[in-house]
Amino acid sequence: MNLILFKVILGLYCAASISYLVYLAKPASFTGRLSHWLAATGFILHCAFTLFRYHEAGYTPITNMHESFSFFGLAIVGIFIAFERRYRVVILGAFVLPVALLLLIASFSFPSAILPLLPVLKSRWLLVHTTFAFSGYAAFTLAFCAAVMYLIQEHYLKYKKLGALYHKLPPLDTLDDINYHCLTIGFPLFTVAIITGAIWAETAWGSYWSWDPKETWSLITWFLYAALLHGRLTTGWRGRRAAILAIAGFIVLLFTFLGVNFFLPGLHSYK
Amino acid sequence: MNIIVVGLSHKSAPLEIREKIAFAPHLIEQPLREIVALQDIAEAIILSTCNRVEVYAITRDIAGGIARIKRFLADYHHLPFERLEPHLYGYHGEAAIRHVFRVAASLDSLVMGEPQILGQIKSAYGYAAEYKTSGIILNRFLHKAFSVAKRVRTETRIASSAVSVAFAAVELAKKIFGELSDKTVMLIGAGEMGELAARHFISSGIRSMMIANRTFERAEKLAEELDGRAVDFNDLLEHLQKADIVLSSTGAPQQIIKSADVAGVIRRRKMKPMFFIDIAVPRDIDPKVNDLENIYLYNTDDLQGVVASNLRQRATEAEKAEEIVNQEIIPFSAWLSSLTVTPTIVALRSRFEEIRRAELAKTLAVWKDLPKEDEKRLEALTAAIIGKLLHPPVSLLKQNQQGNRNDLYVDALRLLFDLNPALHDTDEEPELDE
Repeated sequence: MNLILFKVILGLYCAASISYLVYLAKPASFTGRLSHWLAATGFILHCAFTLFRYHEAGYTPITNMHESFSFFGLAIVGIFIAFERRYRVVILGAFVLPVALLLLIASFSFPSAILPLLPVLKSRWLLVHTTFAFSGYAAFTLAFCAAVMYLIQEHYLKYKKLGALYHKLPPLDTLDDINYHCLTIGFPLFTVAIITGAIWAETAWGSYWSWDPKETWSLITWFLYAALLHGRLTTGWRGRRAAILAIAGFIVLLFTFLGVNFFLPGLHSYK
Repeated sequence: MNIIVVGLSHKSAPLEIREKIAFAPHLIEQPLREIVALQDIAEAIILSTCNRVEVYAITRDIAGGIARIKRFLADYHHLPFERLEPHLYGYHGEAAIRHVFRVAASLDSLVMGEPQILGQIKSAYGYAAEYKTSGIILNRFLHKAFSVAKRVRTETRIASSAVSVAFAAVELAKKIFGELSDKTVMLIGAGEMGELAARHFISSGIRSMMIANRTFERAEKLAEELDGRAVDFNDLLEHLQKADIVLSSTGAPQQIIKSADVAGVIRRRKMKPMFFIDIAVPRDIDPKVNDLENIYLYNTDDLQGVVASNLRQRATEAEKAEEIVNQEIIPFSAWLSSLTVTPTIVALRSRFEEIRRAELAKTLAVWKDLPKEDEKRLEALTAAIIGKLLHPPVSLLKQNQQGNRNDLYVDALRLLFDLNPALHDTDEEPELDE
């Protein structure tokens, strides 16, 4: 039952990705609406799937790679749907939905069996810490997508070669606004995740901070985004510079999420 | 009945000919009435714009109708026929339908995709409808042309890109800033070109306009006209900080805005993007300004380049538009030919029936002792014979397919069976397949 539902969600995200890409190639209001409803249906089923798994397992289902990838994807699609409405940039979906699809495929490739929870994870902090962390990741991912679109559009305008996507991509200012807005959402979420993580670490391992690789890299990521936010608010790091930093931040974030789990063994290596 | 188009356009005639045969809109009633009064012309519309003068008419006699309208155009405008004739074109059948569809869809315009032509055709049709010189066929024809134009507009991007330098600048600004309603434009130089571009920005809804000029009085005068604010040319850099869009078109022989100055300005603006448009020759703004972060500088050549690429894009969109026109011609010409086919079938049937009744009556008059039952048999027999005889030609005419030479068959049938053409006396109008 769970597996079938998961495959349906995977199919819906796949269809939504294709539909958004078709929209990118040939914008038509019908394809736009279709894409939106495919993504929205996928999201609702995905929510149901996650809640169902929570109920079945009896703990927050963000404890292994299968669950993490899945929740990451869920958070991205959720934030995207909110932004699509707010900024009326359907085209963003052509960049975001494929990312969500990749995450779901990654999730699918890991064993999905529900195992008894590791004793160390048995805590009410599990819910807050992981949910905030991945919601923050999702907001940063959206900032990354907007940044990529910004750099493409900026390239067209700067070098005066108005290529194929020029007419379809939104104005620079809109993309910059999305980038900034995502940052203002992602940064507080990520901050809360780190703080709750520290509190949890104190109760579980007896120390707030033990320089485990995950902690170190999270801190690096946090500082990067903090610098970007600070630069934006004080000296006007906007436009191109903000876009490049959002992309750099995302790459570091990916390493924090994946690289640390696979290459740097530590307390957080839950496969 | 045939649709014919007679006229000339920017493609076939120079301006000095076009201006001589143009019709003033308020004086269109007289020529319209004269055209429909011509022999064999049933309906007429006159389209007269600065790029074309065309008459759309319905006639029974294609060659004669075209010749008479050509002659009319020369006579009405007191032009020697020999001088006008080489510039005139005349279309009929599918070529006429295609021509009008293309004109309405702005595929035949000087600037392809320009939106005015559709409005001009609509008002030309309005006059013809008002003076009742257009009837069933032209009404249907023109409405079809409007819907083809609408399809082309919505299904292709033929009219969606800017083809003038000033308009291209506004579009670029929208791609940088999105909404312009909270943006300030600074116009440097009070020349004509700059003013024109500034007006484009004003009509796209900017927040405010600053005007700087070496002679302050001229800046003040223009500021009044454009509802802007004149600023001191000597404090240019200070004011520049408040401008999101800078439009420069001074006659200065040297550059008036240096890259280093702009670098300072953008820092003070906290890197808020700026869009510089330099339409002066020689240039007012240091080209290196474009290398600064969050600043976009377009000069005349850059803008021309944008316009040229938009025009190229229009050309590819035009191919899609031609395809739409092609699709729409088929059902319309089918409808048009059904207009002549239906009355012909009716006439053919009644002619056969007439002969049958006459011959049957003759026979029955002689054959007095024929039982009533056999009389009925005879009736059925003759009816069956003409039914069988008529079936192939009628079904051929009704097929109404493209490439079907219905006009030829109709003419042949009329000649062979001596049918009197009767067109407008059928009340029912065959439906056009949408």
